[in-house]
Amino acid sequence: MSKTIEGLHYSEDHEWVKVEGGTALIGITDFAQSSLGDITYADLPEAGDEVEAGEEFGALESVKASSELLSPVSGKVTEVNADLENAPEKINEDPYGTWIIKVELSDPSQVESLMDAAAYEEFTNK
Amino acid sequence: MEENLKVTCLHDKHVALGAKMSPFAGFDMPIQYTSITEEHNAVRNKVGMFDVSHMGEVFISGTDSTKFVNHIFTNDVNSIQQGQILYGMMLYPDGGTVDDLLVYKEFQPDHYLLVVNAANIDKDYQWILDNAKGYDVEIVNDSQNWGQLAIQGPDAEAVVEKVTGLAVSELTFYTFNDFVVDGKRIIISRTGYTGEDGFEIYANPDLIRKYWDEFIDAGVTPCGLGCRDTLRFEAGLPLYGDELSKDISPVVAGYSMFCKLDKEEFIGKDAIAKQKTEGAPMKLVGIELKDRAVPRAGYPVLLADGTEVGHVTTGYHSITLDKSLCYALVKRECGALGNVLYVQIRKKVFEGTVVKKRFYQSNYKK
Repeated sequence: MSKTIEGLHYSEDHEWVKVEGGTALIGITDFAQSSLGDITYADLPEAGDEVEAGEEFGALESVKASSELLSPVSGKVTEVNADLENAPEKINEDPYGTWIIKVELSDPSQVESLMDAAAYEEFTNK
Repeated sequence: MEENLKVTCLHDKHVALGAKMSPFAGFDMPIQYTSITEEHNAVRNKVGMFDVSHMGEVFISGTDSTKFVNHIFTNDVNSIQQGQILYGMMLYPDGGTVDDLLVYKEFQPDHYLLVVNAANIDKDYQWILDNAKGYDVEIVNDSQNWGQLAIQGPDAEAVVEKVTGLAVSELTFYTFNDFVVDGKRIIISRTGYTGEDGFEIYANPDLIRKYWDEFIDAGVTPCGLGCRDTLRFEAGLPLYGDELSKDISPVVAGYSMFCKLDKEEFIGKDAIAKQKTEGAPMKLVGIELKDRAVPRAGYPVLLADGTEVGHVTTGYHSITLDKSLCYALVKRECGALGNVLYVQIRKKVFEGTVVKKRFYQSNYKK
């Protein structure tokens, strides 16, 4: 049974969003890291890149497969988690404590359309 | 679970262990129990166990069996003694690969066991039957009555002797012996698909189930097909469908040493001889990338100017070697060792070098 955390927003592509002021921290859910398996590489954008909701912004590689990262929100990437270059396995170890990118939200209302923890749990149990 | 998926005699045990199950070759098979990395390392450093009961066992006997096996098989069964095993292929007349397989020369004269890939059992059996006209042979596809365990890793010998109580230490690489356990025949060979020392045990499903439990109790790590692929990949071993196929001959794949052209004949011999003389248009190579990005099957292989010269067949970030590596099918003239080639991974292009396909130095007991 994968974990969720109250207060985060969840996308159908298994990313989570944590809003801090006008910035969104984006990571992948426990369900996603568990399905992927051991993550060996994170292909990430650079600070300053624009991301669009629903569009690919990078990819995670596990031993067996690669998985695209789809942004749940639109905006400008303000920061990329530099730890992931050498230690992408942190995502497996602590999926909710390991943000991947920070995005300056261009449309904060997009967050409203994401799921809360209970709805996401129901979504993954389908 | 998908409909019509077959199961092995150990299916319930995989499910009980909480394995991630997935369809493979028409069977519902375990991909991993805990993590591919952990299971991979168990085989490299200690010992792991695979359920390979999905593999096919075809027995061939009769007066003409030696001649017949040599007709359908690229390697030369006259070159081995009873109790020895050969790796090789069955080919179409154009040199394309029907399957790659092991041939066991049994202790009873004129008896052979062919161990074939699970996905190809029906195709192979039909191929063998179709080509048997005029030969005095009996052909039995007995796959359903045999389970198979692969016990692989540096501690394999000790644990196989402990669990089975059978003398397997005298077996050298690519030899086997017959034993009788509970009144039934079993076969143990010193073979595998991991690049490590190890054994494959062929037995009836009841005994396979008993051994499975006993190996687990003895501390052997259950290993899924996920790490079976990462292990064989590092060791330079092909997977039918990826590195060998109807369209990929042993010459293209670089395994022509298993095609004995000094034999009188075998199906596909002329095509193989021609490819060896004239050169095949494509060549399977190993590529080592400078970056950690992972090349996956189907990704394009490019020259510096962007010209596409081939594609990746299998790729991983190698667990043992901590490098991004792949096999790729490329135009022959681009495939020399040391050549610089590029792999396109999503939107970016990564530089790599052509290297030998045997990325990992195997530890077989000769």
